[in-house]
Amino acid sequence: MPFYRNIAAKIALLPMIVISLTVFVGCIIYSFVYSLTNSKLVPVMNYVGFDQYERLFKQRKWDVAVENIFIYGFVFTIGCLIIGFLLAVLIDQKIRGESLFRTIFLYPYAMSFVVTGLVWKWVLNPTFGLENSMHMWGMTWFELDWLVNRDLAIYAVCIAAVWQGAGFVMVLMLAGLRGIDEDIWKSLSIEGVAKWKSYIFVILPMLRPMVVTAIVLIAAGVVKVYDLILALTSGGPGYATTTPAMYVMENFFSRANLGQAFAASIIMFISVVCILAPWAFYEFYLRNKYANN
Amino acid sequence: MKNSVEVKNISFSYGKTEILNDLSLDIKEGEFMVLLGPSGCGKTTLLNCIAGLLDLTDGQIWIEDDNVTWKEPKDRYIGMVFQSYALYPSMTVEKNLSFGLRMMGTAKDLINEKIKKAANLLQINELLKRKPSQLSGGQRQRVAIGRALVRDAKVFLFDEPLSNLDAKLRAELRYEIKKLHRDLSNTMIYVTHDQIEAMTLADRISVMKDGLIQQLDTPKQIYNKPANLFVAGFIGSPSMNFLNAKFEKSNQNIIVGNKQIDISKYENINNVINDQEVVFGIRPENINIEKNENSIHCKVELVEPMGADTLVWTSVEGNPISIRLEGSSNFNLNDEINISFDINKSSIFDSKSEERI
Amino acid sequence: MSTIPKGPRPKHLTIGRIGLYCFIIMCALFFLMPLYVMIITSLKDMDEIRAANILNLPKELSFYAWPKAWSQACTGFVCEGLKPGFVNSVKITVPSVIVSVALSALNGYALAFWRFRGAYFFFGLCMFGAFIPYQVMVYPLLKIEDFLGIYSSLPGIILVHTIFGMPILTLIFRNFYASLPIDLFKAARIDGGNFIKIFFYVIIPMSTPITIVAVILQVTGIWNDFLLGLVFAGRDNQPMTVQLNNIVQVDYGVAEYNVDMSATILTSLVPLFVYFISGRWFVRGIAAGAIKG
Repeated sequence: MPFYRNIAAKIALLPMIVISLTVFVGCIIYSFVYSLTNSKLVPVMNYVGFDQYERLFKQRKWDVAVENIFIYGFVFTIGCLIIGFLLAVLIDQKIRGESLFRTIFLYPYAMSFVVTGLVWKWVLNPTFGLENSMHMWGMTWFELDWLVNRDLAIYAVCIAAVWQGAGFVMVLMLAGLRGIDEDIWKSLSIEGVAKWKSYIFVILPMLRPMVVTAIVLIAAGVVKVYDLILALTSGGPGYATTTPAMYVMENFFSRANLGQAFAASIIMFISVVCILAPWAFYEFYLRNKYANN
Repeated sequence: MKNSVEVKNISFSYGKTEILNDLSLDIKEGEFMVLLGPSGCGKTTLLNCIAGLLDLTDGQIWIEDDNVTWKEPKDRYIGMVFQSYALYPSMTVEKNLSFGLRMMGTAKDLINEKIKKAANLLQINELLKRKPSQLSGGQRQRVAIGRALVRDAKVFLFDEPLSNLDAKLRAELRYEIKKLHRDLSNTMIYVTHDQIEAMTLADRISVMKDGLIQQLDTPKQIYNKPANLFVAGFIGSPSMNFLNAKFEKSNQNIIVGNKQIDISKYENINNVINDQEVVFGIRPENINIEKNENSIHCKVELVEPMGADTLVWTSVEGNPISIRLEGSSNFNLNDEINISFDINKSSIFDSKSEERI
Repeated sequence: MSTIPKGPRPKHLTIGRIGLYCFIIMCALFFLMPLYVMIITSLKDMDEIRAANILNLPKELSFYAWPKAWSQACTGFVCEGLKPGFVNSVKITVPSVIVSVALSALNGYALAFWRFRGAYFFFGLCMFGAFIPYQVMVYPLLKIEDFLGIYSSLPGIILVHTIFGMPILTLIFRNFYASLPIDLFKAARIDGGNFIKIFFYVIIPMSTPITIVAVILQVTGIWNDFLLGLVFAGRDNQPMTVQLNNIVQVDYGVAEYNVDMSATILTSLVPLFVYFISGRWFVRGIAAGAIKG
């Protein structure tokens, strides 16, 4: 085949190809190479093997960051899925004002993480926030000091994140529910299966591809979480709500410890790959099978 | 007569899947060639290769004595009509018709003249200002044909153009296309899986299966003298009846289970070898209900009245047999009948090679 | 004899139905609460905020906070409010959206119709880029931009948004184009269109819906971005989100919560406006970006 066939298409895709190679692949290689050096303020090629990784794993702060990301990832993912699915099912009941409710549940998703963080920081303010409201209403036993509590602060982050993201899952699930064949509902009602049972045992399994997509997208977002925490807790109290992303940014830009930052970012990257690889394989494998049909 | 399109030993594959392998086909000038076959046989792929929409892995394509193998589709003097009409949804009918000419930079007056001519020919004058979404399926396909017409193409390619239409419109447009060919006498290549379209339109049909041409001949020949079992079974509805049999040279009989059928009147009887395993094929309309020395006794198992004719189903030694009779004939379930075969209109195939003998 | 039912089927407001509405309304209240708190806080004066319940409506409307947030609030020693941030965000968002949508549409078109060997390998690579945490790429990318001389500048941040918007946008354009009948493209080629002509005359006129989706996705995404703006935009071009965070997170002076909340609302006005006017397009965008085709 002559090389000039489709030459215009090849030229058109050149920016994508260059960006994929230099930015997406190039940056990972760059980060990995310099994670093997003891670069401080500027990147220098001073090879120290896996020292940076060893030091990283000894950092108490990194441990906290990893622990936080697991808590956050778990609570946020599960919270979004359950609430999102529940809201989708509720909205799917042919209720009045459906579009109003849908608008209400999704609007937080249009807001930035910074805004989300700042709003919840105010709502959960230990002096003037909800705790104060409850006390004024006579419920003096009510405690909501999460933002200043080392053990609970990360859950405050989770609440804000679920508030922001649940609508997204709802939209995905609702699209799935609406895509389900009417005839399935007809046959379920003829067989007299209770509605909640239908949802859990018949419909939910049918939505599996969407659940998987939602989980992957949420999980990929979990690893990136940065602005939300910066706005809500600034990583505090102390470093109780710090995350790997914050750890990396701190070492890059305020601690001038590039080697550490590169090492930590590579660990972040590897964990994303671990989440992604099985799913990508599954998708790729399925699509190949599909293409052969 | 000289050739209009020559397909020379072409191969095409998608990745590792080979669709066409070393296929050759010559199409004469002014000929209406139909590529017929089940889905996945490679007929549409072949058409797309001729159009230049797919890149060959090997071989050459010549159109009008010009090697167009690596030429752009627009430089091949072709017009094409698609199953999905493929009208540009954002343009009016007029713009749709003129798009190709405008791309070539044809003068406005000439464009208008050509559109007028094509619109007259296809009776779509009133539709020129409409958008495709405001047209019915039949109208859309007329416009699509018109778009091919205005291009002054030497070769017209049709990719299952009538498959999306209902039965009535299909017959109507089939007639139009036939008339168009009569009046324009361009070379036309027409892909379909519908044998009625193939039979009615074609000068020659090439029946395809698995990327290979099974038989290339006139509709009559293909119907009456199918080259192999596949063609015999594919063409005709209801399909040809088949009986597995063994040939006995001594008395020129074939033996089907306990029954014997005298095939001495078969045209190529001399080519059949003693003891050869054969498949005896006979079309439903070549079976008569009459008693003679060669007839077989059986029972009516099902009657399908179809208006113009009636199908009677029976069986011979466990093989279902359909018989096409006049619409007025009157048979009931379990009627006892005697059937005889028109041997000179039958086909006999070798069991192993599946080729016609 | 059986009785023949007459008239419409009687409507039952079952207990389950009532419970359903109660529950969904409670959910809606939870989702609305932060927005409500945000708005009423911005309309109170500081004395009332200190004295009263966070959930109470303001006794007296005070509009003092809004103009202050817009043009006087301090970030560090500069007291210009959010206005410069707003201008910067517009200056960043408009070109970024145009460039990234145009480039991605072209990519999607080339991928969907002009297939050539290797194209999908690079597309896969590009999609992979969508999941790499930014933290892995910020520093090397910063070095690349520094080398190109556009670090800390408008072109710099626009390039970054184009790069990071490309994977998901290319995907949704490709999927949209792949769903168009391929015959249309074939017809256009026979009619004499080349790569560019087919794109402009045939494909673009059909792309309105997907372009709206892409624009919505990009406008909200880029407007809400914090991290990239912080790193790549430079001091003079800091987007609104960064300035908002700076205003709210002051370490000294008295915190003015009404000003903070006004600023927060101001920052989310653009995405909220896009969200409310685009309605189901926004939903379509989410679904298109999430569900792989």
